Amino acid sequence: MARPCKAYIAGAYEHPTRHAVEQSVAQLHAEVARGALADAGLSKDDVDGYFCAGDAPGLGGLSMVEYMGLDVRYTDSTDTGGSAYVVHLGHAAEAIAAGKCSVALITLAGRPRMAARGPLPDYGNDTPDIAFETPFNQNIVNNYAMAAMRHRHEYGTTAEQLAWIKVAASHHAQHNEHAMRREVVTVEDVVNSPMIADPLHRLDCCVISDGGGALVVVSPEIAKSLGARHWDRCVKVLGQGEAVKHTDRGRIDLTYTGGVKSAAIAFAEANLTPADIDMVTIYDSFTITVLITLEDLGFCEKGQGGRFVSDGNLISGVGKLPFNTDGGGLCNNHPSNRGSMTKIIEATRQVRGEAHPNVQVPDCTFALAHGTGGLIATRLCSATAILGRNDA
Amino acid sequence: MSAQNSGNQYPDYPVPNPALDAQPFWDGTAVGKLLLKRCGDCGETHYYPRAICPHCFSSETEWYEATGRGTIYSFSVMRRAPVPYVIAYVALEEGVTMMTNIVDCDFDALAIDDEVEVVFHPIDGGFSLPLFTPVAA
Repeated sequence: MARPCKAYIAGAYEHPTRHAVEQSVAQLHAEVARGALADAGLSKDDVDGYFCAGDAPGLGGLSMVEYMGLDVRYTDSTDTGGSAYVVHLGHAAEAIAAGKCSVALITLAGRPRMAARGPLPDYGNDTPDIAFETPFNQNIVNNYAMAAMRHRHEYGTTAEQLAWIKVAASHHAQHNEHAMRREVVTVEDVVNSPMIADPLHRLDCCVISDGGGALVVVSPEIAKSLGARHWDRCVKVLGQGEAVKHTDRGRIDLTYTGGVKSAAIAFAEANLTPADIDMVTIYDSFTITVLITLEDLGFCEKGQGGRFVSDGNLISGVGKLPFNTDGGGLCNNHPSNRGSMTKIIEATRQVRGEAHPNVQVPDCTFALAHGTGGLIATRLCSATAILGRNDA
Repeated sequence: MSAQNSGNQYPDYPVPNPALDAQPFWDGTAVGKLLLKRCGDCGETHYYPRAICPHCFSSETEWYEATGRGTIYSFSVMRRAPVPYVIAYVALEEGVTMMTNIVDCDFDALAIDDEVEVVFHPIDGGFSLPLFTPVAA
């Protein structure tokens, strides 16, 4: 018997560019919106809900709604950093179930390669935590590195084990013509790459790329009205969860993320367990992000992530849990420094059976997409979505 | 060659821009005191310091001086920087863990659980940063 769901992903589109020299950010938002709507068999005039995060130009979604000429009755610009698009997917499904909209458009775009590099955003002294972090030259990589160092201390996780995550991503990226880094790398390549912040090497870090992506999320009624060709490609949003984790009043524990809670919520809503999942897409800002997340999602015991990812266990066609079959942020794409949009798009390709033939998971019925937004060693929002094939 | 800082080999430190309710912390470091906030109702110490207790939501929070001693909870040597430095979380004797830097030592000899003590490092704007250094064995 088919599982119930609140909403379907009818359209998904990843911008092919990785270096947007001539496009504006607003233009990129509109280009990915066009792509996702065409994929769904819908037009912009069908859109009645719009979702973006705080990095979109203008106040919330207002400037983008105007730029694209949309007429919406629902908008949500929740910003949780890189996990925002898994958050938006859940919020869109809820809004659709509540009757607030029926065709939700979610867009992400950015051109960080074209923008000046700078330190972490200065939120000013209204943000109470900043004065206790910025002066110590915290940055993104040494923040994540502290989580990796603690994991190594508590569980013996090695540099070689972390490297397997990049190796798996590179095996997938070789088949993706749009990927920034298509070369297959070895464990030795990763551990011999320059140390950035102990214990993270250069190849433990994801790419920086321009581009974007978009999703069109629709009600069951709309999905069924799209005609057989589009209906068969509609993907069920079966469950979604989100959770904020932070420094907990100074009782810091870097061994886990909000994924413990977000996954439990998503699995409960979908009435599934990790054993049911055919493949995962996990925001891979750094190799350590994936390793801790896999533990938190329940694919292995806490502390066993290093063993779990080793020996190609994440490589499609080789291991038990194919992950980031597009090459992920480590090799393929990381538009606007926000990784969860491309995770939903690749999970969608997999349950549609439309991933590259060399990485397509046979009979892929259930896929999990997960985002981590913010910084793993301070405050972050984890978000988990479980997608199902149309007939699941 | 091992990395370490000594003499003037320190990175440039951004000047803090504290919220109003955290200003006494920085007034303290400027005169060589590491001040924490404790709740007069529930008795719990929290970090970073706030006006309202994040344990019980009482407004009866009070400043007190920490011993300045603790252990390294985690750390990372930032190698890709003009001047390498060590970011760390130090677990203080008072039960809270704070972000800081470990200084004046051989970075490659550091380990989690090492005992450290606070040193105050003056920077621009009249501020002084609470940094930590290993306790001599």
